Amino acid sequence: MNDAIRMSAATIARRVNAGDISAREITEATLVHVDAVGDRVGAYLTRLDELARRCADAVDRRVAQGEQLPLAGVPVALKDNLCLTDSRTTCGSKILEHWVAPYTATAVQRIMSNGGVPIGKANMDEFAMGSSCENSALGVTRNPYDPSRVPGGSSGGSAAAVAAYEAAIGLGSDTGGSIREPGAFCNVIGFKPTYGRVSRYGLIAFASSLDQIGPLARTVEDAALAYDAIAGYDPRDSTSVRRSVDLARDVRLTDLKGLRIGIVKEFATSKLGAEIDALYARAYGDLERLGAEIVEISLPTADYGVATYYLIAPAECSSNLARFDGVRYGLRVEGDDVGTMYERTRAAGFGPEVKRRVLIGTYALSSGYYDAYYVRAQKARTMFAQDFERAFASCDLIASPAASSPAFTFNAKSDPYSMYMMDYYTIPVSLAGLPALSVPCGYVTPGDGDRPMPMGLQLAAPLFQEARLLAAARAYEEGTQHAVQVTPALERVNA
Amino acid sequence: MDRTIDIRYVAKLARVALTDEEVERFGAQLSDLLEHVNVLSELDTAAVPATAQVIASRNVERADERAPSLDREDVLREAPQREGPFFRVPRIIAE
Repeated sequence: MNDAIRMSAATIARRVNAGDISAREITEATLVHVDAVGDRVGAYLTRLDELARRCADAVDRRVAQGEQLPLAGVPVALKDNLCLTDSRTTCGSKILEHWVAPYTATAVQRIMSNGGVPIGKANMDEFAMGSSCENSALGVTRNPYDPSRVPGGSSGGSAAAVAAYEAAIGLGSDTGGSIREPGAFCNVIGFKPTYGRVSRYGLIAFASSLDQIGPLARTVEDAALAYDAIAGYDPRDSTSVRRSVDLARDVRLTDLKGLRIGIVKEFATSKLGAEIDALYARAYGDLERLGAEIVEISLPTADYGVATYYLIAPAECSSNLARFDGVRYGLRVEGDDVGTMYERTRAAGFGPEVKRRVLIGTYALSSGYYDAYYVRAQKARTMFAQDFERAFASCDLIASPAASSPAFTFNAKSDPYSMYMMDYYTIPVSLAGLPALSVPCGYVTPGDGDRPMPMGLQLAAPLFQEARLLAAARAYEEGTQHAVQVTPALERVNA
Repeated sequence: MDRTIDIRYVAKLARVALTDEEVERFGAQLSDLLEHVNVLSELDTAAVPATAQVIASRNVERADERAPSLDREDVLREAPQREGPFFRVPRIIAE
C-alpha cells in the first residue's frame, strides 16, 4: 500500500495545504488502491474517477492561489442515498438503479467546497433499511476484517471503504444505528450528530423524524474535521437547526478528568456473553483510568426501544416511499391502468425488507390501528427523551456497547427481528435525537478458529454537545489505541 | 391490540403487488413483529404527550422571494416516459 493511502484526513489536508503533495497525487493513489481492493471488499457501487480527478485539480488550483481548505485533497466515500449531480444515486435499490440525481446534497456540496474529493458512491442496505448491507439489491460488501462477515449497515459501504483505506472519510446516514453499527463492525469511528444538525437536503428520506447524516473515519480527529465541514443551518432543509456550531476540531481534552460518564443499568452486558462482558468492563475501566467518574444511571424504557422504533420508522418509511411509483423517476413497470402500474413497479423495484417495512408502516397508520400503534409509539418515544433528560442530570456522557455482537456471517440473521435487535443500544439514542458515536474498543473472537473481530463503544451526549462528545472520544482513542493500521483484507494488496 | 393482519388489504393500501408466496411469508413475519411491538402496551402512556419533534423548533418559514428552481429538462430527463414537457402515465379516468 502506498503511503498516501495510509494518511489520515488531517494529515492529507495539512500536506496538501502546505503544497508538499497534490490532491491529484492522493486521488490517483486512492483510485489505484480501490482497483486493487476491488470485490474483496466491494465497498463501492459506483466509481467517480472522472469527478474525483476534476475535484482534485480544482483543490490544487485553489491551494496554489493561497486558499487553505479543511479537507484539501481528502478522499471521501459517499453513501449512495446522497444525491450528487450527474451521478447515479441508487439507494441500493432496483427502483433507482439507473436514476441520475438532478441536484447535489448539501452535505456532499459542503464536503467538496471544503476540499474533499468524492471517490465513489458506497453500498448500503436498500433505502437504508438493514444492519448488514445484505439488503442491497445491487452489490455485496464484505467486512475488511473477515470476508465471510458483513460490514454492518446500513452505511456498510462507507464504513468498509474507510476501514479498507479506499477513502479517508465516509459519509453515512443513521436512522436507528446505521452509522454507529457499521462503524463498530469495521473498527472505525461512526458519528451521528444531533438530529437537525446536518442538512438533509439531497438525502433520500427513510424515516424523517430520525434520519441524520454523519461521518465515518479512522480517527476521531478526522470525524471531527468532516463534521465541522457538514454541520450547520441550511435554508433548503426546514428541519436543520438554526444554531451556531462549535467547531469540534478546536475542542481538545488531554484526559477525561471532571467528566461523569453514565453506565446504563438496564444495558447489562452480561447477556452478551462472558467475552463481550469482559471487553466492556475493560472499556468502562479505561474511561475511569483516563479520569472519568463512572456513575450508574437508569433508562427504564431501554427494553422498549426496538419495539418503538419498528413502528415509527416503518410508518414514516411507508409514507416517504410512496413517491416511488413509476411516474416521475426510476423504474416503471407498465400496466393497463395507473393503479396496476404502481403495484407492479413497486413489486419489481423494492426488495423484501423494504416491502416488509412499507407493509408494517401502512398497517400501523391505517384506520383503526393508528392510535394503537403509531400514536402509542410516539408517546413511548417521549418517555425515552424524558429518561435521557433525567439521566443527563447526573452524568455528562453515556457509555454502552454500540452493537449487540461483532460482525456476523452472511445469512446469519434470517429472522427479521433478530436483525432488528442489532440496534438495541443505538435505537434509544436515536429516538431521543441525541448525538452519539461508536469508537473502537477492542476485539472478540466469535467462535473457535475465527479471526478476532472489532467491537465498538457507543458514547452519547446531550443534544448539541457534539464538540464535547468528540473531544472525550478522542481522549479515549488516544488513551487506548484499539484501531489497527492494516486490515486482513489488505494484507495481500500491494498498490 | 389485534394481531391478525389482512395482508392483501394492507398491500392494496401500500400499492404493492404481492405473490401468494409473499402473502404467506410477509403475513407470518408481520404477525411475529406485531407480537414483539405489543410489549408497548405494558408502558403507561396515558399522561404522556406524543412526540412531534425531538428538537424544540418553531415553525420555520422563509422569505417569499423568487429564486431559481431545478431546471425542467434536468428533471424530465429522468422520467420513465415523457411527452414534451409532461410526464406520460397510463389513462387514469375511464372513458
